[in-house]
Amino acid sequence: MIRAEGLRKTFTADKETIEAVRDVSFDVAAGEVVALLGPNGAGKSTMLRMLTTLLPPTAGSVHIAGHDAIREPGRVREAIGYVGQKNASGENHRIRDELITQGRCYGLKTRHARHRADEVLEVLGIGDLAARNPGTLSGGQRRRVDIALGLIHNPHVLFLDEPSTGLDPQSRAGLWDQIQLLRREYGITILLTTHYLDEADHMAERIVIVDRGEVIANGTADALKASLAGDWMQITTSDAETARAAARLAGRMAGASEVTTDGQSVRVRIVGAEAALPAFLRLLDHDSITVTRASVGRPSLDDVFLNLTGRPLEESGGATATTTDEPIGATHA
Amino acid sequence: MPKLIRDTTTVFSREMAPEIRSPISILFTMGQPLLFLVLFGPMLVGTGADLAGDGDVWQWFVPGILVMMCLMGPLSAGHSMLSELNGGQLERFLVTPISRTSIILGRTGKDTVTLFAQAIILTAVAIPLGMRLHLPGALLTMALLIVMATGLSALSYVLAIASVPSGSLFWIVTQMLVFPITLLSGILLPVDAGPGWLSTIAAINPITYIVDGARALFIGDFLNASVLCGVIAATAIAIVGLTFSTRAMNRGI
Repeated sequence: MIRAEGLRKTFTADKETIEAVRDVSFDVAAGEVVALLGPNGAGKSTMLRMLTTLLPPTAGSVHIAGHDAIREPGRVREAIGYVGQKNASGENHRIRDELITQGRCYGLKTRHARHRADEVLEVLGIGDLAARNPGTLSGGQRRRVDIALGLIHNPHVLFLDEPSTGLDPQSRAGLWDQIQLLRREYGITILLTTHYLDEADHMAERIVIVDRGEVIANGTADALKASLAGDWMQITTSDAETARAAARLAGRMAGASEVTTDGQSVRVRIVGAEAALPAFLRLLDHDSITVTRASVGRPSLDDVFLNLTGRPLEESGGATATTTDEPIGATHA
Repeated sequence: MPKLIRDTTTVFSREMAPEIRSPISILFTMGQPLLFLVLFGPMLVGTGADLAGDGDVWQWFVPGILVMMCLMGPLSAGHSMLSELNGGQLERFLVTPISRTSIILGRTGKDTVTLFAQAIILTAVAIPLGMRLHLPGALLTMALLIVMATGLSALSYVLAIASVPSGSLFWIVTQMLVFPITLLSGILLPVDAGPGWLSTIAAINPITYIVDGARALFIGDFLNASVLCGVIAATAIAIVGLTFSTRAMNRGI
């Protein structure tokens, strides 16, 4: 449904050439929800603007719903909805009027546009805001209006640029539900950009990680975590010496990497930790090593980003709220 | 219906809706011309200066004030565009299949309708002050000024697009242009009264010709040569404005 090939964008500012996007290629299949995840300034919005005909690429090609975005921008525009970073409804205009205008921009007859306006207001649960001006709405409500504007013509593909930036956690959760609903009920293909790890983790079936204008990883959250960071298991024994013995056993297990001991605890990075832990416990039992506590954990996307770039996403300009599936008190190896 | 007309109607109706909902707002943008009419006009008439030729001083002064209004309104028209460029509104339109040209045409359309309503108010205020109204003359004056206004608001949109994101360029140019143009086109006082170098500058200012043409039209002197010059100047402004603005829109923002 979306195909980007060899996409490049260079800007010139103050006689300096900036490569905002360098040789980016990826596909999104029909009905898929994909997140472009990366720190601020990674080139996500520039990529999205090139995919949505707003910005001509320096090189490379974009195909959306079978149309070339450079040669047939009109056909691409008909097929897509776009929700930009900023609020799209005009300050002096009523919500419903804006939706009707938007429908007419896509060639709907006024009557049909009115009908669609009421429909999308209903779907997004903001029917009661129809006669209000955007200035009187909360951030979460305005975001829903933006999404309503992007959906007015029943697009095949919806692009969302940083959809939940600036929203409180409750509004964000509401927004996620809304987007999941669109996906389930209407089968819309969705590509969103985000610098929130939990957002990518919760919403997207597949994550394309971008950094400094390049795609550095592409896969499901689980696959990325498994291949690029690895699960971990941790056990606690009676004393430090026993822990070192346990660590030696762990090092011999298939799929184990990075074994660390910390006092009485042993922490092991290993593929498929949930299945590996019982085997590990049997090994320890066989050598009469007593285990007092055992746990497994999955890495966060932050670990993935850290492994790929050597920097945590947060320090790279990404914000807050990482998902940690780790037990409370766990320390990073 | 051809797509361009349809799309222009869509943009025009969107821009008109808030105006219709709160019609009082058109008074705010005509504040300065209205003040000049009410506070400066009577003083000018009081000097007893012989400015008018065939007509009276009010008939000389009011078309000038109409031109002033048609300068100030359109030259600040880009302000709304600037805020929609910096907000996400314009981007939202550009991602739809709507014709780029219609985004300019629909907006200038709204600007001229607003000006026409303002011209009616201004003229209605001038009559009790002592102006004699030549109705066909007044209507043709507005027709001429609307051609000019279309070009000027289109140029204001070009300036707004060029000023993104800070917008300071827009304000600097607009502030620096409006007042000198007003003074140098003989709107408040005849430029002939000034020294030669001033008349020379006035002679290369296209608005001067439009002011002269508007004055002839306003008293019903339709066959005066200055009318033709005014029409040529206004049409030139309109062509330049629309060409540059639609080109800027089609190039993408």
